[in-house]
Amino acid sequence: MTFGEIVHLVINEQNLFIFFSTVAILSALGVVLNLSNTVYAALSLVVSMLALAGLFVMLNAEFVGVLQVMIYAGAIVVLFLFVVMLLNLRGGEMAADRQPFLKLVGAGIVIAATVKLTSLLGAARSNPSGIQKDWMPVGPEFGSVRDIGLVLYTDYLLLFQVSGILLLAGIVAAVILAKQKVD
Amino acid sequence: MPDVWHYQMVAAVLFMIGIMGVLVRRNVIVMFMCIELMLNAANLSLIAFSRLWGNLDGQIFVFMVIIVAAVEVAVGLAIIIALVRNRDTVNIEESSLLKW
Amino acid sequence: MEFDLSKIPITLFIFSLIVGLFSPIMTWVERKQSALMQDRIGANRAEILGIRAIGLLHPVADVIKMITKEDTFPLGGSKFLHNIAPMIAAIPALISFAVIPYGGHYQAWGADWTLVVADLDYGVLYLLAIGSIAAYGSIIAGWAANNNWGLLGSIRVSAQMISYEVCMGISVVGLFMVFGTLKMTDMGIAQQETFRVLGFVEHLGWAQAGTAWVDFVKLPMWGIFLQPLGFFMFMTALIAENKRPPFDVPEGESELVAGYFIEYSGMKFGLFFMAEWIEVVVIAGLMTAMFLGGWSVPYIPDATLVEFFRGGVGVNMANVFAMIIHVLIFFTKVISMIFFLQLIRWSLPRFRYDQVMDLGWKILLPLSIANVAVTGLIMLLVKEVTG
Repeated sequence: MTFGEIVHLVINEQNLFIFFSTVAILSALGVVLNLSNTVYAALSLVVSMLALAGLFVMLNAEFVGVLQVMIYAGAIVVLFLFVVMLLNLRGGEMAADRQPFLKLVGAGIVIAATVKLTSLLGAARSNPSGIQKDWMPVGPEFGSVRDIGLVLYTDYLLLFQVSGILLLAGIVAAVILAKQKVD
Repeated sequence: MPDVWHYQMVAAVLFMIGIMGVLVRRNVIVMFMCIELMLNAANLSLIAFSRLWGNLDGQIFVFMVIIVAAVEVAVGLAIIIALVRNRDTVNIEESSLLKW
Repeated sequence: MEFDLSKIPITLFIFSLIVGLFSPIMTWVERKQSALMQDRIGANRAEILGIRAIGLLHPVADVIKMITKEDTFPLGGSKFLHNIAPMIAAIPALISFAVIPYGGHYQAWGADWTLVVADLDYGVLYLLAIGSIAAYGSIIAGWAANNNWGLLGSIRVSAQMISYEVCMGISVVGLFMVFGTLKMTDMGIAQQETFRVLGFVEHLGWAQAGTAWVDFVKLPMWGIFLQPLGFFMFMTALIAENKRPPFDVPEGESELVAGYFIEYSGMKFGLFFMAEWIEVVVIAGLMTAMFLGGWSVPYIPDATLVEFFRGGVGVNMANVFAMIIHVLIFFTKVISMIFFLQLIRWSLPRFRYDQVMDLGWKILLPLSIANVAVTGLIMLLVKEVTG
């Protein structure tokens, strides 16, 4: 057994999927269930994003995976952390819970809905007349920067330009909202 | 080998975790993070189907979702900063003047 | 999805080479070069059995000191985050060298050698992504210390990183447009060509096509000649991302008493410095691979070099010789780039914090967007004229 085969035994698609999805789900739970500190929640969010980027790369979406790391993990969550630190919100939720019972009911409903949804998806998976389960064969170029660019700048050109305007509007809005009034 | 439904299940669970966070938590910043989680779950679903059909449109949608999320976070965090300046709290239940 | 895992031993070798060799030597370079610039003698005290080796033993002494030093922990801080923050700071620096090619493609004895650990299709994007993650180590370190200087340091780090990521990404877009690729090896290959600097005079009618003095002035197609503004903006943004002087406001000794790593001691403190020095090497390697022609000898394409040796020693050994020359050339360029970066580090005083932000948002960002626009215009013109 060569070194490569031993590595393949441990690092294969199934194990990677299990690893990344477990990390993503557990750290997402960490965002929700962490009552002590917002910084921990933000750090859990980063781990979840990175695990999702791993899943994206497994699905041949390398460019989107890198964007996920660059924008979500590298910019958005840093911005979250920046705001949390700027506001210096040590400690958790400051006020006492107003309606703890209602929240418990809400959590229960969500958990029930999750179980139902996953079982529905499982049923869809085992349904022989449903949509196909096998991945379509794609070339190695699928999801590469060149392919994404070709689609983005031809079919979706208008969408791309509108997103530029959206970004500009976002910048202006953020500056106006966060600007401190100096009187 | 994981197939497309496994990815959909992961996406569904992540989405539900995000919904639970928005329903249960009252810290504005954490609720905002949970919205990001839901967007990410939708992204995973889109990318899994994009790979299933061998069609790049799904990845373009994810690209757009990421752009919208970036804008949303910039504006949303600015709103949160303004909120904290005015009310000195991040608890959403203390800014419920418009709620009937 | 296929994984090529056969390269893991090579990867580990290169990592250990960079970590084990460059990072300690960088501490020596830092001391010696600053001494050279300030007309001092510099580090020369550490000795083993009377051998001083021009101060080269100082890194050894440093490492021994750091490993044996007491590991302190701040009261009221977060122990877990305090412990993992140095690792989070060091890991991005270590893995980012993986996509930088330090040699071309060679065939000898039936085997293909490409001298890069991971030849990614989106290599530069990978580096930008890794660079944006690198902020977390510093942010977490400052926050976990339960110290106001540390917290100020991490706020400054996060603001500075976000600001300079933007212009870092946009300032290399012009380069992507010129080379038409994001792949580092393809960039290296593209930079082996030459272009006629004075070619435009033919189209203006000032000289006949094929005039000797027009053809004579040729420059290698390096990024620095095609994108001079991009080179300097990218380098500025990289130095700012690396938090080295003159952009060291997050750790400014005189105002924040070391900023985000204020509460660290021993090897955990050392890891931050190791990360910083490895980042210097990565920056030098990146600038070399993208702007300074990578591994190539100016005016001599790879094939010509192999052809030159081929007559004497046969095709296999010719490839090996070319490989050795290319790796040496690459590291020579990297070392001169490091020298240049150190020159900047020891020449310029620290910017004030608002100056850092102004430089990023009001100067570099508009300039880099203008650079993209001008590059596009020139490319269109060239295409229009030459057909």
